[in-house]
Amino acid sequence: MPPVIEASVVRHVARLSRLALSEDEVTTMQRELSGILEHVDLVQELDLSEVPPTTHAVPLQNVLRPDEPRPGLPLEEAMRSAPDRQGDSFGVGRLG
Amino acid sequence: MAELTDLTAEEAIAAIGAGEVSSVELTEAHLARAESDTWHSFLEVDRERALAAARRIDAAPERPPLAGVPVGIKDALSTKDLTTTSGSKILEGFRPVYTATCVARLEAAGAVVLGKTNMDEFAMGSSCENSAYGPTRNPWDLDRVPGGSSGGSASSVSARQVPWSLGSDTGGSIRQPAALCGIVGMKPTYGAVSRYGLIAFASSLDQVGPFARTVRDSALLLQHMVGHDPMDSTSIDLPEPIALPSRERLDGLRVGVIEELMGEGVDAGVRATVETALAAMESLGATLHPVHIPHAKYALATYYLIAPAECSANLARFDGIRYGHRTADAHDLLETYERTRSEGFGPEVKRRIMLGTFALASGYYDAYYGQAQRVRTLMVRDFDDIFSEVDVVASPTSPSVAFPLGERTADPYTMYLSDICTIPMSLAGLPAMSIPCGLSDGLPVGLQLAGPALSENRLFEAAHATELALGFDTRPGGTA
Repeated sequence: MPPVIEASVVRHVARLSRLALSEDEVTTMQRELSGILEHVDLVQELDLSEVPPTTHAVPLQNVLRPDEPRPGLPLEEAMRSAPDRQGDSFGVGRLG
Repeated sequence: MAELTDLTAEEAIAAIGAGEVSSVELTEAHLARAESDTWHSFLEVDRERALAAARRIDAAPERPPLAGVPVGIKDALSTKDLTTTSGSKILEGFRPVYTATCVARLEAAGAVVLGKTNMDEFAMGSSCENSAYGPTRNPWDLDRVPGGSSGGSASSVSARQVPWSLGSDTGGSIRQPAALCGIVGMKPTYGAVSRYGLIAFASSLDQVGPFARTVRDSALLLQHMVGHDPMDSTSIDLPEPIALPSRERLDGLRVGVIEELMGEGVDAGVRATVETALAAMESLGATLHPVHIPHAKYALATYYLIAPAECSANLARFDGIRYGHRTADAHDLLETYERTRSEGFGPEVKRRIMLGTFALASGYYDAYYGQAQRVRTLMVRDFDDIFSEVDVVASPTSPSVAFPLGERTADPYTMYLSDICTIPMSLAGLPAMSIPCGLSDGLPVGLQLAGPALSENRLFEAAHATELALGFDTRPGGTA
């Protein structure tokens, strides 16, 4: 059976996902995603033009709390797991 | 007195109250079983932290309600200064700077955190085989899976390493492993327990809940976790406190038997065992009514669009900059992101991120994610109709008993089918639980009971009476 999605689409989605895939992984992913999409495509057979979407099952909207200042995470706590600490900042390497 | 590790939490609290045992003694007994971890239930056991907490509780002038009884915590829940990985290499050695609200509430109520339990990476899986730290084994048969994703939380309770534990359930990750390990697992109404400090998988579905060996213990643990938390704006207060169930009869209870989950795709042995349990409910005074989820056949597809879409967004935060693994010697920032994530995530997590990114991508959004959210509305309506006629619904929890390690790892969709009975309730945000209801081929079968939103107390009563009538022995053959 031909794959549902092209290898070029897999590469594009991998870039959007910030995942580096080898060519072997692209092939595997193409096969696996195509297999899954064949199943989930089932939702296409329903005409849902009159049905509103549900984002989550609790009827809550625009939950607000008082805008009161409170202490944030202390610097040392925030930095303690940093893979590359540069002074009081996170090191990030070259941007481009 | 029985072995300390055989006590239910309720019995242990009573024994501590009567001065028969201290929290330190109880904690020591459970630590010994958690440390000789045949099942690989735990990723980390923190002896010092647990004993320090137990000593504090023993020395306190007033005994807290949970009296220093040990608890296991799924590794998806952040625990301050206690390694938290969510089963992933990308968080290897990560020590959070705060504790999840639900865990903090349990500690404040006198629970002693024994350690962190194994899980499928980022809660994505149904067998615990996707853990980056190796699989957990089922206490009933070491060659079989405990279920997932909260497999370690389930096995730890079954194997009497702790009397109870916490898991999280997105599409069945508490109920299915509870079923496969022969214990009680409960997913509360979406929003009933704060998700602050739960490492997010699919935010519109994730919910924390208890594992225990009795329904009353699971109610007791939940009692101390629920309620609104200012740190989670989706959390809500229940209309009434969680009560410990005590009724022994089910007179007048209308039980809807979900026809779509009693037929094709469910093993005959599972179905027969569940039917026996339903007959037991009937003998307690309940009435059985066949009910239908007209859109049941779309549930799995809907879930496997919504959950990956949300996970692809949630897992964007793992970029190697502020914490967690970072790749060495990347050429630029983009390469840092891509290589960090490719090295840090396992195959199933990558698959779901890819699937979710695809479902959300421009040109595909309406056809996939948008369509799935509309099907979700139909699922909610299906249940609204059902609960206009019955009080609770019943079905198998899992279509099969515990399966052998490696049996379903070759094809992702085969593994996804493990959740067909639990996903409909997840999509509708309903409270649902699994109780052990018998054996098929010598392995536990779970009965799933679910009710309308916020009907936790009704569910606990129904489950408790059924549990008493069934008299299931939760001791696995292998460890009895």
